[in-house]
Amino acid sequence: MTTLLILAVIVLVAIAIWQMTKIFELSQLRTAKTEIATDQDNKYNGYLLFAFLIFIYGITIFSFWKYGKFLLPEAASEHGSEYDSLMLTSFVIIFIVQAITQVLLHYFGYKYRGEKGKKALFYADNDRLEFIWTIIPVIVLAGLILWGLYTWTNIMDINDDDDPLIVELYAQQFNWTARYGGEDNVLGGANVRMIDIDKANVLGLDEADSYAADDIIVKELHLPVGRKVNFKMRSQDVLHSAYMPHFRAQMNCVPGMVTEFSFTPIYTTEEMRQMPDVVDKVKRTNTIRAEKSASTGEILDPWEFDYILLCNKICGKSHYNMQMKIIVETEEEYNAWLASQSTFAETVLKDDSEPAFNMVQDSNTGQ
Amino acid sequence: MSAVTAHVDDHAHDHGHHHHKETFVTKYIFSQDHKMIAKQYLILGVLIMGFIGIAMSLLFRMQLAWPGESFLVFDTFLGKWAPDGVMDADIYLALVTMHGTIMVFFVLTAGLSGTFSNLLIPLQIGARDMASGFLNMVSFWLFFVASVVMIASIFVEAGPAAAGWTIYPPLSALPMAQPGSGMGMTLWLVSMTIFIASSLLGSLNYIVTVLNLRTKGMSMTRLPLTIWAFFVTAIIGVISFPVLLSAGLLLLMDRSFGTSFFLSDIFIQGEVLHYQGGSPVLYEHLFWFLGHPEVYIVLLPALGITSEVMSTNARKPIFGYRAMVASILAIAFLSTIVWGHHMFISGMNPFLGSVFTFTTLLIAIPSAVKAFNYITTLWKGNLQLNPAMLFSIGLVSTFITGGLTGIILGDSTLDINVHDTYFVVAHFHLVMGISALYGLFAGVYHWFPKMFEGRMLNKNLGYVHFWITAVCAYGVFFPMHFVGMAGVPRRYYENTAFPMFDELTDVQVLMTVFALVAGAAQLIFVANFIYSMFYGKIGPKNPWKSNTLEWTTELKHIHGNWDGPIPEVHRWAYDYSKVDADGEYIIPGQDFVPQTVPLQQDEEELNH
Repeated sequence: MTTLLILAVIVLVAIAIWQMTKIFELSQLRTAKTEIATDQDNKYNGYLLFAFLIFIYGITIFSFWKYGKFLLPEAASEHGSEYDSLMLTSFVIIFIVQAITQVLLHYFGYKYRGEKGKKALFYADNDRLEFIWTIIPVIVLAGLILWGLYTWTNIMDINDDDDPLIVELYAQQFNWTARYGGEDNVLGGANVRMIDIDKANVLGLDEADSYAADDIIVKELHLPVGRKVNFKMRSQDVLHSAYMPHFRAQMNCVPGMVTEFSFTPIYTTEEMRQMPDVVDKVKRTNTIRAEKSASTGEILDPWEFDYILLCNKICGKSHYNMQMKIIVETEEEYNAWLASQSTFAETVLKDDSEPAFNMVQDSNTGQ
Repeated sequence: MSAVTAHVDDHAHDHGHHHHKETFVTKYIFSQDHKMIAKQYLILGVLIMGFIGIAMSLLFRMQLAWPGESFLVFDTFLGKWAPDGVMDADIYLALVTMHGTIMVFFVLTAGLSGTFSNLLIPLQIGARDMASGFLNMVSFWLFFVASVVMIASIFVEAGPAAAGWTIYPPLSALPMAQPGSGMGMTLWLVSMTIFIASSLLGSLNYIVTVLNLRTKGMSMTRLPLTIWAFFVTAIIGVISFPVLLSAGLLLLMDRSFGTSFFLSDIFIQGEVLHYQGGSPVLYEHLFWFLGHPEVYIVLLPALGITSEVMSTNARKPIFGYRAMVASILAIAFLSTIVWGHHMFISGMNPFLGSVFTFTTLLIAIPSAVKAFNYITTLWKGNLQLNPAMLFSIGLVSTFITGGLTGIILGDSTLDINVHDTYFVVAHFHLVMGISALYGLFAGVYHWFPKMFEGRMLNKNLGYVHFWITAVCAYGVFFPMHFVGMAGVPRRYYENTAFPMFDELTDVQVLMTVFALVAGAAQLIFVANFIYSMFYGKIGPKNPWKSNTLEWTTELKHIHGNWDGPIPEVHRWAYDYSKVDADGEYIIPGQDFVPQTVPLQQDEEELNH
């Protein structure tokens, strides 16, 4: 069926090309055959340039109308609103420039299409004009640069003010793991050389490090709303990138070093699900999923909105499916969830010789 | 050895324009004639490699639009990598990688620069050939070997390189990380090493030729903008390609000799590797030190071609010649200090991000000047809308559309959320991919008669080719911005693992349909090209009524370009529609004054 459809399309396209060539040819009947543009060619292509201008505007408007609603919903992090307004401003500027320049370019192409005997204007230079269109971009860009740098510095200033939650994001082909500092909110030392698969120490935590004992290792990222989170990122094999689009957050995970990013979530998952944009999106998506289930027979579960962490740096075969769910919840919910998780000591060290574990505990309390 | 070579070469030059017997091999294969080498680059670099590169993109676009669907073409072309006609995830990444590599390096670097620098530099500056015809020949044949190795890598057992065209380690360094990082990656590195050698030989030759072999009267400020663009492109190439070579060699050592330049602390497939102390970020720095200038290596020649084609067909001088030269130089300089904008979120120091944001947004200024100058060149012209002219106008259009989104990506803050999404893909395809291709097409349509002894491409097929391509290029890449802003990462084999991307499937289908039509439209060009090569109508000696020197040569190719003495130059290349005090053309009845025409009495020499 598909093959037939494609064949039909190819045939139609071929006919269209043949017809278009014919039209161009017919339009040139009265003139001598030449491969150099004649007045007729200039006329038709001038009109087409004008039509093309309308096409560009058309596709712009169409895209906004049809695809505008696909864009990410309102930012769910504190710095996100600043990000969104800088983005919006940049877009307004871009669209103004785009609108003006495309009109001029294509309109001139149409207006000044060649005719025999017409004289072009010998106009080689104008310092004032050159100055104007050098200085205007300079001013506009200076504004954007300053605003951008200010925001960037704020976002990238990762500090321990306001008692941030410390979370490690650990990347490997092809999944994510998160690690919390536990009671002390301090991550224990770790290195891939200490990974011990047999003992399920998959993140290579230093079993002798007292800070590691209360660390909590999970496969689902829970964050309390309104509290700053400092992410420490590691990768054990290749480059990955921790991309959390709803929070306007992204940082690469690089083997051999720890990278950082920090943001404060401002909406819980539940609140986000109530946002009109998100409600609409979920509705649209579930309609599509239901249709697809009906047509293919493969059952797709209805979707419920969730924040998501994606891998956004090519990392191998299953790069396209390396994800982790993020749940933003109230402080109480978060604490309750955290309390229900086992610590590193409970899961890994427990199986080890008891004395060693006790020593860790002792040295910990001794400090 | 080099002394002997130089001697032979000098010898060839002294007698270059005398008739001498040529065999098939010296004329068509191991030719040292720049015109033949240009055609070799065009056919291998653009037609053959371009065909492969574009065909690959169509395959993976089909996978994106109809994920998991079985296609006969997949079965036919991918064989074991498409069991039952369904594309495998590894080969998807391999296709993406090879598409990028082939298009950026082989088509738009070697194909574009190689063709037009070779063809136009000697012809437009009034030289009998390149400074070294022999090195020029070696350069092409190294390119040929690089192409063969790259194509061969597609057929190795475990598949070709698949770590993205940027081949970031550790993914590209560890065969256990993905199958493509085995033999395929080794061949990729070998091919690129040879390619860089070829590119350097070519570039050095272009630089020396432009500096030393200009004819009498051809001062630097009288050079056509094409030559300025090729010249500066060659300089950027010489500065930045060696850095890629070193990155490639270090990577080769990490892969084969156990060094740790780019690798550290790696645990993969159940074992810890011995690497310690290296940094993938170092590789990113080295790669993008070439990678970003590379964008301009691709783009500047296209802009140079556009300047020339647009001025000729507008029957007007290019507006702001000096500003154009200055902006080429400014872009070239800035292009070498902006590489970090590819690495804002790589883990490098955020302060560096600030610096690179600053330099990156600066580059928008000369780019804006160029765009405005092109538009002003059209103003009050007498536009001859030949296919080459349409492609030039198309280039300015996509250059603006694609360039503007650079303001977003160059801003470290805004880059955070669109980095590595389809927004980036849309941006660079428009601003450098499509724009450079348009420049390339403009050049082919314009200089085809110069390459094939006066034969011209069919203009009607040219128009059809342009209009389908122009509509489809926007059709593919405009909606793509929205996909990116919806948060869809690039290099995903399919997006079905994320329900939040479900509603974007329709956009993917639309883009793919446009891409398939655009791909088919390129076949019109290929057919036109091959037909016209042999049966094209022979046009006049100077079909576009152009001022530059190449049109003073005879239609028939001769070694040494001009049968008699080399013409002398008396003016710049842009005296179109120039009038005297009475408002009459300088040469009565002719709206152009070739560079070889001496200044007339009372004529004022302007602008240089």
